[in-house]
Amino acid sequence: MAAIEILGLEKTYMVGFWRKRPKRALQPLHLTVEEGEIFGFLGPNGAGKTTTLKMLMGLVFPTAGTARILGHEWTDPEIKAQIGFLPEQPYFYDYLTAHELLDYYGQLSGVPAKDRNRRVEEVLRRVGLTDIRGLQLRKFSKGMLQRAGIAQAILHNPKLVFFDEPMSGLDPLGRREVRDLMEQLKQEGKTVFFSTHILSDAEALCDRVAIIHKGELRGVGAVEDLTSTVQGKVEVIWQGTQIPASMKLLGAECHVTGDTVRAVLPENQQDAAIDALRRERIRLIAITPLRTSLEAYFVEKLQQSPTTAGKTWGTAV
Amino acid sequence: MIPRMVHIASNTFREAVRDRVLYNLIAFALLLSGAAIFVGQISIEIERLVVINLGLTAVSLFGVVIAIFIGIGLVSKEIEKRTLYTVLSRPVRRWEFIVGKFLGLAGTLAVNTFFMAIGVFGALLYVSHKFSKPDALILVALYFIVLEFLIICSLALLFSSFSSPLLSAVFAFLLFVIGSFSDDLRGFATLTHGITRWFATAAAYLVPNFSALNVISAVAHQQPMGSHLILQNTLYALFYTAMALSGAVLIFERRNLK
Repeated sequence: MAAIEILGLEKTYMVGFWRKRPKRALQPLHLTVEEGEIFGFLGPNGAGKTTTLKMLMGLVFPTAGTARILGHEWTDPEIKAQIGFLPEQPYFYDYLTAHELLDYYGQLSGVPAKDRNRRVEEVLRRVGLTDIRGLQLRKFSKGMLQRAGIAQAILHNPKLVFFDEPMSGLDPLGRREVRDLMEQLKQEGKTVFFSTHILSDAEALCDRVAIIHKGELRGVGAVEDLTSTVQGKVEVIWQGTQIPASMKLLGAECHVTGDTVRAVLPENQQDAAIDALRRERIRLIAITPLRTSLEAYFVEKLQQSPTTAGKTWGTAV
Repeated sequence: MIPRMVHIASNTFREAVRDRVLYNLIAFALLLSGAAIFVGQISIEIERLVVINLGLTAVSLFGVVIAIFIGIGLVSKEIEKRTLYTVLSRPVRRWEFIVGKFLGLAGTLAVNTFFMAIGVFGALLYVSHKFSKPDALILVALYFIVLEFLIICSLALLFSSFSSPLLSAVFAFLLFVIGSFSDDLRGFATLTHGITRWFATAAAYLVPNFSALNVISAVAHQQPMGSHLILQNTLYALFYTAMALSGAVLIFERRNLK
């Protein structure tokens, strides 16, 4: 069963004060997220990521389309007991302590009274807020609020977790901890859907990603497939600082770093390059196909026209 | 369903307490003790009347100010600060949120009124040295004041569901003022003709009838009150509150939380 099935959700806002005109925030979106995967929803600021998440959470109503979450209609309030949600730049009742906040959310999520305290303590420990559980949230830093936000999202042991920009406001250590937490959630069999514009996080974590730009889905794919795409070039690394003259004739771009040389050249010149190195009795260290980074794909998709992007980059499943 | 509303209500009450809303009781206590001592010294034979009038009016005004200023922020503040996102992404229906918020504010005002009522009876005991049987009527006046608070809370919540806090405060306060003179508005309607009469009558029935809920003067003058008035005012206040809350729910159910 798919964890999330988005079936043509779209959103158009009416903007302007006197003369209202439609502004499309999200084009009809079709997307499926499988159970147990970490799915990255990527796009620059204002791409429509948060609008999509808000529609799935029932905070914003779609102009058209529907969705299914864990096999149920997404409008069914009871399904939300199995969902966790971290909004972007979360803000909470600042007169509450972290413990009180989580207890309140536990009540609203239907966590039984007998289990609540144990669950609250457990998630506080998990996000590293145990020592300040009695501190009012008005005294929390941005990073601590983000941790409290993550805690409330996983408090009721949901099957599916939505994180909107979960790394926002966190220092490098905090970001690492959140990445580890997301990995743990996956190992526990949970589905994680998170939006981000930090591509290194997505590349490190996600099984699959979708790229959205200007409210339009530009493509969906497995990170492994995307980053294994060979660009028709190879990277050759050898010992020393010597660059054989024939290398330049083969069209290689060479860079000397310390006592190694790194050359990038067309894939069809790979054998000729190896021969040239043998002739000069130079020690070859490695030959690897040059892989495309997620960032390169992301930029490419953003620059492509919507139609071209759709043709070259698979379906939304 | 009911437990969720109770949790939202108790959190609203906790917010009011931690925001030091009940500190108004200190100002009220100071005002009333000062007035009781002052009135005790300058009034002859009418100390009781003055203390009841002053005390109950203060209870009403303090409560109305709290009801409006907390009520207008109940929904808009949650949207503005985005605290609502983590509530409505749980199995909480929007109407449960509105009703829970209303119950929390109504509870806060009920507790506030309870402590202020103790103050009124204390001041009365200070000037009269004893309670008499007609003093029980003060409880009826206090009950009507609480009914008044319910209506104002629901109106503040209604305005808060679609308007900014400032406009909500203006609307709620204007309705409170007009509603306090609703008897006069009805009287005016009977004196007019044609379309003016039609509009005046419609307005008189649309605005909350706070005139009927204000029995402070009657209580101070020890005028008897029939049980039919209590029943009538109770039904009226509950109906009006339910209508205003339904309006708030209808608007909020359709609102996009951008």
